[in-house]
Amino acid sequence: MSKILIRGAKVLGGEPQDVLIDGRTIAQVGAGLSVEGAEVVEADGKVLLPGLVDLHTHLREPGREDSETVLTGTRAAASGGYTSVFAMANTFPVADTAGVVEQVYRLGQQHGYCDVQPIGAVTVGLEGRKLAELGAMHESAAGVTVFSDDGKCVDDAVIMRRALEYVKAFGGVVAQHAQEPRLTEGAQMNEGVVSAELGLGGWPAVAEESIIARDVLLAEHVGSRVHICHLSTAGSVEIVRWAKSRGIDVTAEVTPHHLLLTDELVRSYNPVYKVNPPLRTERDVHALREALADGTIDIVATDHAPHPHEDKDCEWAAAAMGMVGLETALSVVQATMVDTGLLDWAGVADRMSFKPAKIGRAAGHGRPVSAGEPANLTLVDTAYRGSVDPAGFASRSRNTPYEGRELPGRVTHTWLRGKATLVDGKLT
Amino acid sequence: MQRHLISAADLTRDDAIQILDTAEEMARVADRPIKKLPTLRGRTVVNLFFEDSTRTRISFEAAEKRLSADVINFSAKGSSVSKGESLKDTAQTLEAMGVDAVVIRHGASGAPYRLANSGWIDAAVINAGDGTHQHPTQALLDAFTMRRRLVGRDAGLGQDLAGKRITIVGDILHGRVARSNVDLLHTLGAEVTLVAPPTLLPVGIESWPCEISYDLDATLPKSDAVMMLRVQRERMNAAFFPTEREYSRRYGLDGDRMARMPEHAIVMHPGPMVRGMEITAEVADSDRCTAIEQVANGVSTRMAVLYLLLGGAVFDAKNAPAATHTRTEEK
Repeated sequence: MSKILIRGAKVLGGEPQDVLIDGRTIAQVGAGLSVEGAEVVEADGKVLLPGLVDLHTHLREPGREDSETVLTGTRAAASGGYTSVFAMANTFPVADTAGVVEQVYRLGQQHGYCDVQPIGAVTVGLEGRKLAELGAMHESAAGVTVFSDDGKCVDDAVIMRRALEYVKAFGGVVAQHAQEPRLTEGAQMNEGVVSAELGLGGWPAVAEESIIARDVLLAEHVGSRVHICHLSTAGSVEIVRWAKSRGIDVTAEVTPHHLLLTDELVRSYNPVYKVNPPLRTERDVHALREALADGTIDIVATDHAPHPHEDKDCEWAAAAMGMVGLETALSVVQATMVDTGLLDWAGVADRMSFKPAKIGRAAGHGRPVSAGEPANLTLVDTAYRGSVDPAGFASRSRNTPYEGRELPGRVTHTWLRGKATLVDGKLT
Repeated sequence: MQRHLISAADLTRDDAIQILDTAEEMARVADRPIKKLPTLRGRTVVNLFFEDSTRTRISFEAAEKRLSADVINFSAKGSSVSKGESLKDTAQTLEAMGVDAVVIRHGASGAPYRLANSGWIDAAVINAGDGTHQHPTQALLDAFTMRRRLVGRDAGLGQDLAGKRITIVGDILHGRVARSNVDLLHTLGAEVTLVAPPTLLPVGIESWPCEISYDLDATLPKSDAVMMLRVQRERMNAAFFPTEREYSRRYGLDGDRMARMPEHAIVMHPGPMVRGMEITAEVADSDRCTAIEQVANGVSTRMAVLYLLLGGAVFDAKNAPAATHTRTEEK
């Protein structure tokens, strides 16, 4: 198999080094490597990271191929530096059987841009009433370990308790979309000063926080691990911090958009800012950044949620919730965490690769950049500055809140087990 | 020059006074045997109503016809909208037919703002009520009524409502009238107090330029005008208040309470009134209640808005685009 020599790359942001890929693995890491016959990639001081892992992606296939497919979604992932994505279960049909998760898994393998690890639904049809066949999904070829009704909250305390208990048998984890349904009926945006003025139905922080508080206590009671999806409020941070201090096995994710954007943007009534959980206040944004820096929040996950143009080109109340994020995530993290001094590149590798792979048990991903490891790698031009142009996205959808916004950094190369999926910013 | 009227918060003091003064001119037309001006001859206005609102629609229609505009009434009920056609397609279809202005009533907050700011159409957009957001012509007709009654028809010309104490009572949370009135009355220098049970006040209201009270009786003696808002009976099913009786007892305006108001003070209601709920028949039918007058004033005020937006007159000195909220710090 072919050899690739990456020359002068700052591995995890450290001193420039050379990295030799031989076939599917990293053969050597060191200074002044030279290998006959190897294809040379001049990194010129770019930052080399382990391939990114996204624990929260909506690939929409099967069922909503008009907004994304496994192919277009994994191309978007490769473009954004990802080598593994976890595909959420809210497809049509719902990924609540071994058949559906195997289909999604195989499509990912077949296209070869990025590993796709399906997430199984916790309950049949995401309806919150009856447990799906969690064991069958785990034992399928897809080997599901993460279960979530994302898009909907497992709000019944007994169902949640049983799910937490049940998946312990095979090391699974339940990822909760924390949203108390009664408190968020008709909710359109964060409840606060801006919603009062705009006359849009409020989504109060307490609707997220009360579920997280309940679930960490449930996890403690039954001795299970629980993962919190897209944590968005300062109060949620405090609860997770408390739970961790108590030794509860809880992990949490934050999305790039919640690290950058606030509900002030909703004043434009532009549905590109409509997302669930909603954009919060500046105070929340700062709390989330600090929590990601100090490890209270474990990972960044995109909640990449593609929607067709017509679902956003309408009045606010009629619009779909969600934003695409795979192709801008690293840039937003650089802007909010690295350029602000809150996190170094080793920290970014931890929050966007090591930890998410660990939570999701993604074999071969989130490994150190060292000899003998699978060659899942991402090369980032951190000095790049440019404005976001959705026309260049690989995703089938364009519902980004960053159009025209200047963001730092650009992924130039991605390797999936030694195979280049992105070269000089172009998909292979 | 301002092209749209989306929110009462977009109006400067000068804008608002110009509209109110123009409305007085328009009111004189209503006193003539032939109630018509040629101003908008050859201009087409569509009343695009996605929500039933007969009184607002008729008021706009009367105003448009008195200004000689060609009027198209488009009700979303039974139309292609109910078959899934989008707001954008509907608006573009109407514009393709040569519409100069769109008067829109929509159940979604922000729909008129989107229509005016998304590049979908070029026509002027007038908000005739959007969700629980704004109803700026209602605020203008209310201010017009207050100025006439509290300052005087002729004495009021060129004047604002400085120092007038206005109390608004009822469902603030689900209403657009209170939001619009707070914005406009604040601009005109009035002191506004909102009275409601805490369940019917939005979280985040502390940033509004007004006072909040849960106690109607304490507020009445300090009011020059008391505006009662409709409270829908269904609200009690969602636990906003226990029963109609209890609501009426604590927040309804009856004869005894009206007697606590200063002698010159007026009672206002945007309609439709729920007699026996927020207002008793005795109060609704009294001389102090301006509900019917408000309806008449609504036509004059809407004529003024249409005249100033479409008639080519210099409407305002403000450079900002139509719908930036004055309290928005952004940009």
